[in-house]
Amino acid sequence: MQNVSQITRTPLTEYLLRLGDSVLVLGQRHAELCGKAPALEEEMALMNVGLDLFGQARNWLTYAAEQINAEQAGSELDADALAFKRDAQDFRNLLLVEQPNGDFADTMARQFLFDAWHVPLLEGLAQASDPRIAEVAAKSLKEATYHLRRSSEWVVRLGDGTEESRARMQRAIDNLWRFTGELVQFDEVDQAMADAGLAPDAGTLVARWKATVEKVLEAATLSHPPFDAWMYTGGKTGHHTEHLGFLLAEMQYLPRTYPDATVW
Amino acid sequence: MQPSGNAPHSDSRRLEGQNDWPSTDLIGSDRRGLPPAGPEGDTDAVLAVLQEVPDPEVPAVSVVELGIVRDIDWVEGRLRVQVTPTYSGCPATEAIEQHIEEALVTAGYADPLIERRLSPAWTTDWITPGGREKLRAFGIAPPVGSAAKRSLLGEDPVVPCPLCGSEHTERVSEFGSTACKALYRCRDCLEPFDYFKCL
Repeated sequence: MQNVSQITRTPLTEYLLRLGDSVLVLGQRHAELCGKAPALEEEMALMNVGLDLFGQARNWLTYAAEQINAEQAGSELDADALAFKRDAQDFRNLLLVEQPNGDFADTMARQFLFDAWHVPLLEGLAQASDPRIAEVAAKSLKEATYHLRRSSEWVVRLGDGTEESRARMQRAIDNLWRFTGELVQFDEVDQAMADAGLAPDAGTLVARWKATVEKVLEAATLSHPPFDAWMYTGGKTGHHTEHLGFLLAEMQYLPRTYPDATVW
Repeated sequence: MQPSGNAPHSDSRRLEGQNDWPSTDLIGSDRRGLPPAGPEGDTDAVLAVLQEVPDPEVPAVSVVELGIVRDIDWVEGRLRVQVTPTYSGCPATEAIEQHIEEALVTAGYADPLIERRLSPAWTTDWITPGGREKLRAFGIAPPVGSAAKRSLLGEDPVVPCPLCGSEHTERVSEFGSTACKALYRCRDCLEPFDYFKCL
């Protein structure tokens, strides 16, 4: 079996792993709620959003695997190998998406903070000079637009709701806020991609993200910590919170127990 | 080429029980006794075959009426059909490709190429008028208007009830039985129904 932790890292493959891993891990958080959602309608919505995210993950990770295979002689990776045969330190997802589901307010606050960033990111990526990135992003964008619409509505409904729901949504926003720095802080990989015309630049992305967050939280009668508050970072470089390992243990259990099985 | 409208139905090229997909692999098996395929370049003949392939999740409409068959051509004498998924994670994508391949082989097209294409991204604007009518008759409200961008917290479109026609309806959930549908309720006849979202 190819050692997938020793794969070549270029800004493009690194960035594709960030995109793919973030939607994969968030999709897996949705899958954990199967059979446990607060209402049947929300269960279906959560599973469908998760399905969208898994589909997007497959598109990004397939491209990442092709790039790695092209750069590295003898490499025969595919999307499944990247999803199931890497350990936590090799994942490049945002810290925000690996945070536990918590209560429904935590789940929807996490989704909203992600969606508010995901939509303008995909809008930028849909304009990328690399046609493969552009087409995957354009496809994902249509789906993410519905995700943002739904998560925004839940933030408003719970925030501008009962005393209990408002307190829970405010607590969720306050708790998750420290993981949002990574969304908008550009490192050398993000910058290299933006400079190459393959990803949106920081200015546009940050402005759009802040505007959506402020608009929706205002409608929800909620506040938020300052944008320049102290933030956790590290997900994009493989330094994760303690939660990711447990998530991967469940997600990867079957393909690791029965490696390369074609029938489960 | 974009398929439009209902392709002519052609029974002569089809076997009995055309929607009962055989569980055995037809590819490469003995094809003696099967009808001959249409000639190279005859896309209408191919469309007629695909017109009989239902969408697995919304069997009221065919893959042609759903607008996911994007191109039909021949590569060195081999038929190629390009198909686009409705959603990135649509679980029916592989099944649809398999059904299309089986239908084509059954119709006499040897070893057709089925290719997945992401761009341009599928839009509900590609559902044919006939397809929309079949959705409505099946109890699924077809997409209202075109896939124009809506404001984030904007008003929902008026979705007429596919059962009683009332416009007095409300959205219950942004996602229904599949990713491509939302769940609505009619406030007159009180029936819940699926709405095929604009995308």
